[in-house]
Amino acid sequence: MMRKALKRSFILFPVLSFVVIFLLWDGITRYSDWSHQVFPGPMVVMQSALDLAQDSSLLKHSVASLYRVTVGFYLAVMLGIPLGILLGRMTVAKSLINPLIQFLRPISPLAWIPLAMLWFGIGDQPAIFLIFLASFFPLVVATAVAVESINPMYFQVAANFNFSRIEVITKIVVPAIIPEVVTAIRLTVAIAWLVVVAAEMIAVQSGLGYLIVDARNALRMDNVMVGMITIGLIGLLLDIIMIRVTSVDYLKWAKAKK
Amino acid sequence: MGHVKIENLTKEYVNRRSVKRQPGDAARPGEIMRVLDNVNLEFQDGEMVCVLGASGCGKSSMLRIIAGFDTPSSGRVLIDGKEVKGPSADHIFVFQHNGLLPWMTVWQNVELGVRHISDEQEKRHMVFEFLDMVELTGFENHYPNQLSGGMQRRAELARALVVNPDMLFMDEPFTGLDYLTQLRIREEVVNIHSYIGKTMIMVTHFIEDAVIMADRIIVMGDRPTKVKAVYEMKFERPRNLETNKELAEIRDDIFLKLGVSYAV
Ligand SMILES: Nc1ncnc2c1ncn2[C@@H]1O[C@H](COP(=O)(O)OP(=O)(O)O)[C@@H](O)[C@H]1O
Ligand SMILES: [Mg+2]
Repeated sequence: MMRKALKRSFILFPVLSFVVIFLLWDGITRYSDWSHQVFPGPMVVMQSALDLAQDSSLLKHSVASLYRVTVGFYLAVMLGIPLGILLGRMTVAKSLINPLIQFLRPISPLAWIPLAMLWFGIGDQPAIFLIFLASFFPLVVATAVAVESINPMYFQVAANFNFSRIEVITKIVVPAIIPEVVTAIRLTVAIAWLVVVAAEMIAVQSGLGYLIVDARNALRMDNVMVGMITIGLIGLLLDIIMIRVTSVDYLKWAKAKK
Repeated sequence: MGHVKIENLTKEYVNRRSVKRQPGDAARPGEIMRVLDNVNLEFQDGEMVCVLGASGCGKSSMLRIIAGFDTPSSGRVLIDGKEVKGPSADHIFVFQHNGLLPWMTVWQNVELGVRHISDEQEKRHMVFEFLDMVELTGFENHYPNQLSGGMQRRAELARALVVNPDMLFMDEPFTGLDYLTQLRIREEVVNIHSYIGKTMIMVTHFIEDAVIMADRIIVMGDRPTKVKAVYEMKFERPRNLETNKELAEIRDDIFLKLGVSYAV
């Protein structure tokens, strides 16, 4: 009973809040004296969305953005997690590299845009580079912290059973950090998605960020809003996918701990 | 083989606390605090040794040093005449808190000790044999968090025994278990010891367990800790504290040595 009611409210409440926003939005455009140019109503925006979907430019821009996020994020995972493990395991590596990372980390990826454009020109590369930067540092730091917080007893077990260096990584470190790293990956995808749009507003000629800038230059605020809504929807979708991925069965061993 | 000789063992730590808990303690964090003070002990091969002492006296520290996980500040530990330089699969440590790897099933944990055996058939056979010995058949695919405390302890025992070690170190293997489970594990450990005949060194808080189980009891004092008493326990098994007066006297004596009286 209770569960069912909860489940229903789980779907009902979000829908309800969207309906309220929609009505509010519609009301404001009807009764305020902003022109439709400046503040288009929901119906107008929906019509523009249909138009953009029909000539498939909405799909094209979404795919372009998703492609950049995928590549940049993949590179960040492939390099960031091994580096994080290294930093977490080796004090020498940590004292060498950690200050550099701590120094670079607070610099917004957007501050790199001029250099990225200078180095990589116009196109996918500077955007991918920015997404890489935005995801790389959080992943390195989260991985290193996760490695450092592994219960030292497990390393004693490893020593007791004569684990090789490789075995310590594969049998202790990697499985031990999976829960934390998976959470970090989930949070970082969201950051990467934030950054791709910003990067596309400056450095490239395609993608949802570009769609927004282009629409603004053409004074088409309805298309700007279509771009924003699409970004929001895809971000939501990404998060839902990540939550699904993070709750699969391989974390069975960690469950009862909570 | 499992002959152990501890020579002039002293262990000092950099103090972490700002409160003095015992007269010999360092008063401030950062000062050197001597925990073990010139400890000399000798255990014969095949003995069941129980180490008793107040909490914080350095029992775990001593066991870790014997096992090679930690180094002495001065003095040395000899096992079969050779100085201990580091951990080894010949001496398996059963940890005070559950030492099973939580991301591996019971089977995978126990298999760790025989993972280098290339004959799959033989390996399976050995893992099964020891799981059977600790009565965990049927739980191979469970993760540690799906087992009760007693089952976890038994799984860890199986993982230690499958290696066929010369020695077994156990740091408070009964702590955190309910009373009946404690008695079961105690029986299990005594059976295993009489069956494999290997040296076992066990730290415990339970004086009666020590009197019932041990071939040798070590009672340690307060920090900086010296050996307070050693009892050689040449008694028949099974031992019963209710009927054997001598055992009861040793128990009362140990209680007195630890600063409490058994009869109130
Ligand atoms: N790594 C360490 N660093 C500093 N102090 C320690 C360390 N390990 C143990 N100690 C201190 O040494 C004392 C003895 O600890 P321990 O060997 O765990 O005692 P026991 O097992 O007898 O309870 C305690 O006061 C503890 O705080
Ligand atoms: Mg202890």
